[in-house]
Amino acid sequence: MSSQDIPEENLPAEQDHAHGAVGIADEENPFADPGLPPHEHRIQDIDERAAKRSERVVALLFTVSMLATIGFIVAYLAIPNDKQIFVFPIGHISAMNFALGLTLGVALFCIGAGAVHWARTLMSDAEIADDRHPIEAPADVRAKVHDDFRQGAKESALGRRKLIRNTMFGALALVPLSGAMLLGGLGPAPGTKLRHTLWAKGKRLVNMNTNQPLRPEDVAVGSLTFAKPDGLEEHSEEFQTEIAKAALMIVRLQPGNIKDKRELEWSHEGIVAYSKICTHVGCPISLYEQQTHHVLCPCHQSTFDLSDGARVIFGPAGHALPQLRIGVDSEGYLQALGDFEEPVGPAFWERG
Amino acid sequence: MKKLSARRRHPLAAVVVLLLALAATGGLYAAFAPAGKAQADETSQSLTIKEGKKLYEVGCASCHGTGGQGSSDGPSLVGVGAAAVDFQVGTGRMPAATSQGAQIPRKKNIYSQAQIDQLAAYVASLGAGPAVPTEQQYGPAGADTAKGGELFRTNCAQCHNFTGKGGALTKGKFAPSLEGVAPKHIYEAMQTGPQNMPSFPDTTLSEKNKKDIIAYLNAVNGDKTENPGGLELGGLGPVSEGLFGWIFGLGTLIVVAVWVAARTAKAKKS
Amino acid sequence: MSTSANETSRSRGQAPAGERLADWADGRLGIYSLAKANMRKIFPDHWSFMLGEVCLYSFIIIILTGVYLTLFFHPSMNEVEYHGSYVPLQGQLMSEAFSSTLHISFDVRGGLLIRQIHHWGAVVFIAGMFVHMMRVFFTGAFRKPREINWLFGFLLFVLGMFTGFTGYSLPDDLLSGTGVRFMEGAILSVPIVGTYISFFLFGGEFPGGDFVARFYSIHILLLPGIMLGLVVGHLILVFYHKHTQFAGPGKTNKNVVGMPLLPVYMAKAGGFFFLVFGVLAALAAIAQINPIWAIGPYRPDQVSTGAQPDWYMGMAEGLIRAMPGWEINFWGHTLVLGVFIPLMLFGVILAAIAVYPFIEAWVTGDKREHHILDRPRNAPTRTAFGVAWLTVYFVMLIGGGNDIFATHFHLSINAVTWFVRIAYFVAPVIAFIVTKRICLGLQRRDRDKVLHGRETGIIKRLPHGEFIEVHEPLSQEQLHTLTSHEQYQPAEIGPTVDENGVERKVPASVKLRAKLSNAYFGEDNQIPKPTVEEYKEITSGHGHH
Repeated sequence: MSSQDIPEENLPAEQDHAHGAVGIADEENPFADPGLPPHEHRIQDIDERAAKRSERVVALLFTVSMLATIGFIVAYLAIPNDKQIFVFPIGHISAMNFALGLTLGVALFCIGAGAVHWARTLMSDAEIADDRHPIEAPADVRAKVHDDFRQGAKESALGRRKLIRNTMFGALALVPLSGAMLLGGLGPAPGTKLRHTLWAKGKRLVNMNTNQPLRPEDVAVGSLTFAKPDGLEEHSEEFQTEIAKAALMIVRLQPGNIKDKRELEWSHEGIVAYSKICTHVGCPISLYEQQTHHVLCPCHQSTFDLSDGARVIFGPAGHALPQLRIGVDSEGYLQALGDFEEPVGPAFWERG
Repeated sequence: MKKLSARRRHPLAAVVVLLLALAATGGLYAAFAPAGKAQADETSQSLTIKEGKKLYEVGCASCHGTGGQGSSDGPSLVGVGAAAVDFQVGTGRMPAATSQGAQIPRKKNIYSQAQIDQLAAYVASLGAGPAVPTEQQYGPAGADTAKGGELFRTNCAQCHNFTGKGGALTKGKFAPSLEGVAPKHIYEAMQTGPQNMPSFPDTTLSEKNKKDIIAYLNAVNGDKTENPGGLELGGLGPVSEGLFGWIFGLGTLIVVAVWVAARTAKAKKS
Repeated sequence: MSTSANETSRSRGQAPAGERLADWADGRLGIYSLAKANMRKIFPDHWSFMLGEVCLYSFIIIILTGVYLTLFFHPSMNEVEYHGSYVPLQGQLMSEAFSSTLHISFDVRGGLLIRQIHHWGAVVFIAGMFVHMMRVFFTGAFRKPREINWLFGFLLFVLGMFTGFTGYSLPDDLLSGTGVRFMEGAILSVPIVGTYISFFLFGGEFPGGDFVARFYSIHILLLPGIMLGLVVGHLILVFYHKHTQFAGPGKTNKNVVGMPLLPVYMAKAGGFFFLVFGVLAALAAIAQINPIWAIGPYRPDQVSTGAQPDWYMGMAEGLIRAMPGWEINFWGHTLVLGVFIPLMLFGVILAAIAVYPFIEAWVTGDKREHHILDRPRNAPTRTAFGVAWLTVYFVMLIGGGNDIFATHFHLSINAVTWFVRIAYFVAPVIAFIVTKRICLGLQRRDRDKVLHGRETGIIKRLPHGEFIEVHEPLSQEQLHTLTSHEQYQPAEIGPTVDENGVERKVPASVKLRAKLSNAYFGEDNQIPKPTVEEYKEITSGHGHH
């Protein structure tokens, strides 16, 4: 950038040149730098008894530290790990954690406090001025380095032998590709995995709490139930990954309260099943207000209206919660009538 | 609240409530009623209901209607059951102040347990609903704390926080803290779904499940709950931890730094 | 040189052991030349210069405690049934990462303490870096020759945030798992490549079985390794540049005034390490942090209200909470602006403070070295920009905790969110204007102080009955300190026609710079400091007021 455009006179004069490092204010310049103030003595510098007192304080601090370390060792060896104590006002806490933490804290703090007190009261407190030197190299050094570099560059003949140069750059540019390829092993391609869940036609809705399939009459108006697809067991290896997509939230509304036509169509006697996974960034959304039929996400406060197709009425979510079409099988249990028709959870580029 | 218990009209529910109310009143009414007026030998089911009706007419009828049919100011109480009354009045939510905010908060209960039982008996007589749970239902005996924890995280933590410290809902509503709430009231809340809380009826959250949840809450949010690491900081997670770290962690270190860098006092010039 | 030194000491035969050891080392490492320049290195005394030390020491403490934790932590997502000593989780399914963290907390003696020191250390470390960075910003310590060190520091802050985030995610608890899920959602929002990045990071679909192990190597190896290198570079540069200092008598741009490294700073800085460690240990003794046992193991279908990240990610959390849910669908693709814009803003807001030094250097056109710090009031526009930036940052922290604010101040969460949305645009503007006015007011007060002296609070009655307050002239030290700051002249575009009357083409960048320069140093944007002439006129003319 063209900072040469700024004329020198726009920059303030260097402090030293403006006032000079004059020691005494004179008629010419009352703002002149009077120089470092004279060193004043501390009590400890002139009174040996005060200095002795400081010394004793420092020694005391170091001694307290030693005692605290011994306390730490004793606490470590003597206190049972599960011992609970009541400490006002902290509450019921682990005796071990409290004892170890405090003794360690005191042991460390006292070493620090002793050292600092020593430095502050007994070491010299005379201020010293040290000169600075410009960071920039002097002109002759600069010239020498430039010359050396030019010489080296010339001797390498990199500029002259273009073939070497170009093939070398080519090789160096290509070789990191091997590393990039190796990163390919980090994961599979997404494919259509985000579009499918375990839900399928005929899968029963199993109550998360009781692990029993749900019947319509189990679900009362105003109640909240969570369900998983039949066959997905907590112990199974893919449980976490599958439940991250398949988790279901079930509420029952008065059919008359359902405003959205498709929602009513996909419900069963007012029982609606929505994905529990927020369409914003995937939190399990389930703060259901049974009077307003709103459901709120605890992570980022997206709010959905379950009586109106779970459309977004507040917050950062971009689209409605996907609804699962449900019905009842021949034995009277609630079942899915297919998978979700759209991907559940957060939106992504290929979602469309 | 009528909706909640629509399918909970067990034929015996009313009887159970009344029997319970009777048993409770037998002892408690005598203790609370002004001496001289009490006529313990006259206690009977109808008397309890009659007393409850009197209390109802004074404290509740203006909003809920003279027969509990509800009005623009309050929902119908037909079929809400004794459990709902015991919860609402027992936690001081009812009777509510006339000018309500976003939701009716818990406050000091102004009725004696005997009076609450009478009210509950009266409301239960309007239409059967969930009965007040017994000690055996919500007590700690036979509960599985760990299972309760899992159930709590699935069903409750989203509103009430990991250990029941409460949280925000929309438009100024909130899920209250569960600290110091009687196990009976927690049980009743799950059963009846007060205000905007959904209900968790026995068909989807079994009696045993509820017992487990109460046991878990008692373990992590009771008087004797241990916080091994020290101050709980409200149990609110990183927000309060961050504030504490800034103020007491970095704050202390800055105070220390001021001491380290400050000039030592100079000897007075004499 | 060392040989001869050795010879002389041998000839005497009685050199102290330490000296002989030093001689031995010098012969191989050349330590004497290094020590010559540094042993009596001067460091100025000011509490705010120790903020960087807070960061350095908490970083060391985090490394020490972190190494201890690795001895017990299992970075594995294998599901196990818990049978340890914490009763309310017995029999629960959880990952090995979670159960080994419970093991550290309940079964390893002192394990909980070390875990808590590690976590409190991280909170304080990043808070310390934040305050240290603000100190450097508001005093102008980032100016030449320290711009690169400013960037090193900024990188440390950003890497610290991500190291903290990955560490916070390792126990695989319900709170941090929710945070990781949020991260997955944020990555998915990236156009074109987002889905692939997410699948590569998690080894497939979320949560999969890989992320704890991967975060582990990022948390304990990759990021701390880079940070360690940057810290060393940062410190070398601090030594090489020598510390900045505030203006004052005897302090010039060409010197540094303070106490020598040996012994005073050795004792003070060394002692401060122990003080920091002691405070963190005490903090871990009395205050609990991240009680994962109360939070429970992660399951993607469970959640708790009040789901927040640690404070340093709070700004990102606020942005994402305040953003409206914009989503554009076209040609079979989805552009998730509701998530992607906050993600970008997070980077832009951080980058804004990082590049500021270069913008200021361009506006001033100043290429000289600066070793004397500015008082914030003497750089009103910079100070106002910094405060506006802080305002955005803190508005977003409020946004990140909007549910906690709503419940604790009995507000509606929707109202808090709307407040944050509006304040994001309005508050920094107000903060900028107010700060600038305050700075200018303070500059005026300094000017008055120099010209008219200090208000003594003594009221004098003049013979004709008027009451006046006696003003006491300042000492020369004070006069010097209050007038030693530099003031720039605003840059001008120059004549638009050259001497031949031909229209001169002024590039847009020059015009912009003149405009900015005027906003920085124009007539109403800084108060001219008193000149010697003004001072003389007032003091000699009518000495009394």
